[in-house]
Amino acid sequence: MRRVAVIGVGQSKFGNRQDVNVAELTFEAVKPAVEDAGIDPKSVELVTVGTAGGWYEEYLPAVVTSEYCGFTGAGLMRCEAACASGSAAFYAAYTAIAAGQVDLAVAIGVEKMREVDTPTTVELIGRAGYYLWEFHNFGMTFPAYYAMHATAHMAKYGTTEEDLALVAVKNHKYAAQNPLAHFQKEITLDEALSSFPVAWPLKLYDCCPISDGAAAAVLASEEKVRELGVQEPVWVAGIGSSCGTANLSKRPNYVGLMAAVKAADLAYKQAKLGPEDIEVACVHDCFTIAEIMAYEDLGFCKKGEGPKLIREGQTEIGGRIPVNVDGGLKAKGHPIGATGAAMIYELVRQLREQAQLRSRQVPLKNYIALAHNVGGTGHYCYVTILRR
Amino acid sequence: MASGYATLKSRPLKLVFDIPISRIEKFWQGLKEGKVLATRCRKCGKMFFPPVADCSECYSQDMEWVELSGEGELETFTHILVRPASFQDEEPYTVAIARMKEGVRVLAWIKDVEPTDLKVGMKVKLKADTTLEGEPTYVFVPAE
Repeated sequence: MRRVAVIGVGQSKFGNRQDVNVAELTFEAVKPAVEDAGIDPKSVELVTVGTAGGWYEEYLPAVVTSEYCGFTGAGLMRCEAACASGSAAFYAAYTAIAAGQVDLAVAIGVEKMREVDTPTTVELIGRAGYYLWEFHNFGMTFPAYYAMHATAHMAKYGTTEEDLALVAVKNHKYAAQNPLAHFQKEITLDEALSSFPVAWPLKLYDCCPISDGAAAAVLASEEKVRELGVQEPVWVAGIGSSCGTANLSKRPNYVGLMAAVKAADLAYKQAKLGPEDIEVACVHDCFTIAEIMAYEDLGFCKKGEGPKLIREGQTEIGGRIPVNVDGGLKAKGHPIGATGAAMIYELVRQLREQAQLRSRQVPLKNYIALAHNVGGTGHYCYVTILRR
Repeated sequence: MASGYATLKSRPLKLVFDIPISRIEKFWQGLKEGKVLATRCRKCGKMFFPPVADCSECYSQDMEWVELSGEGELETFTHILVRPASFQDEEPYTVAIARMKEGVRVLAWIKDVEPTDLKVGMKVKLKADTTLEGEPTYVFVPAE
């Protein structure tokens, strides 16, 4: 296996982006990524496009976005892993370079979710499990899948609605310092706790918004990095992928995600690192309970101690392990296919000490970061460790 | 959706799928007779709910039908207020997962109980039922 580096990243503004179509939105992320890498787009050998799709008009979004970005002629594939589609695209580009198939690839994540009404979006994400057994007769929704984990976590470990709200308050605080975030405002604990229930025990402020957005990363082999004279490559130190059952009813428990534990284990082993080595992390906080479970599944704390980390402020800048200092999915927004690529964008910027704004730059010693991107409710998980 | 920006309405597309159920048709027949059925692999003995025609454990295709006792214990639940487009005609509903006496877990609506009275660990009963549209389904109710 060859070493692979990220040499350029870009992200569009996340939010309700009805000012652009899917191709234009993708261009907003690809342009800065290609310029950051200092490459000619015509020299890209492989393009991988992560998108879940279904809520916008294009049925072959990979070819539409590739044509628009001037990648015609490159190898191309669409990667689907629900909310982890962006990481699936990153994984595909990484493996193609590591295996020696290509030297230069672009991984894109994009989603356009605001072209249909909210009940339709809720319907489409609700079907993202096992339609036949959990949606057809029972109308499961994405908040409901995570709400079931919150109920179980609260019953087993005494986690409270206030613990969940603290995650929302933290992530809104950082999103307010991120010009690319969907929500750029802080919220109070009272506002979070008094918001209306969506799927009990989860309330409005426990949920990520429905967002449009795109992100992109340029990946290169070590030879290519040298040839291009890249000054600050960020290396992929480890990457792991695992899947869970489609039926939620087939999970062994509802207090964590097995796919996340397995993916993290694979990534840590490849990187020869452990959770204690991680200095900044982006974790999949589509719902507040998901961030608390991520702390535990990634080994940032023991099982059941996730609420303690958030209560003590250990996951804020200045704490033991700053998490989601870009606002997370919760407040930066969650255009589902874009999220994995947006995590890579944020972490590469953090590792190069280029966080925007500077107020949310994490102080680093060893320059090691981790991205944890879940598809569905632990249906898929990708964990990626980056190192400068 | 309304955003203030210029948009173009796409041509409408309505998709309805004919989902094949012939290999596990007995499950829906069972519901109509008031029974909730699971399948068990005749070769390795693994029990499946939802029922399957093929064993993912040993790859045997020799399965038998087993009626569930209906006795279960609540593992988790949620009360859904924000509902999908195709469930807009329903009142808010509560979905639960219970572990059945036979070892399999089942996800279904729980009825005849206030969501605030539910507790993880409580005993529930699984039974055949009918949807708003008159189609066969299955639900939990409190055991007593």
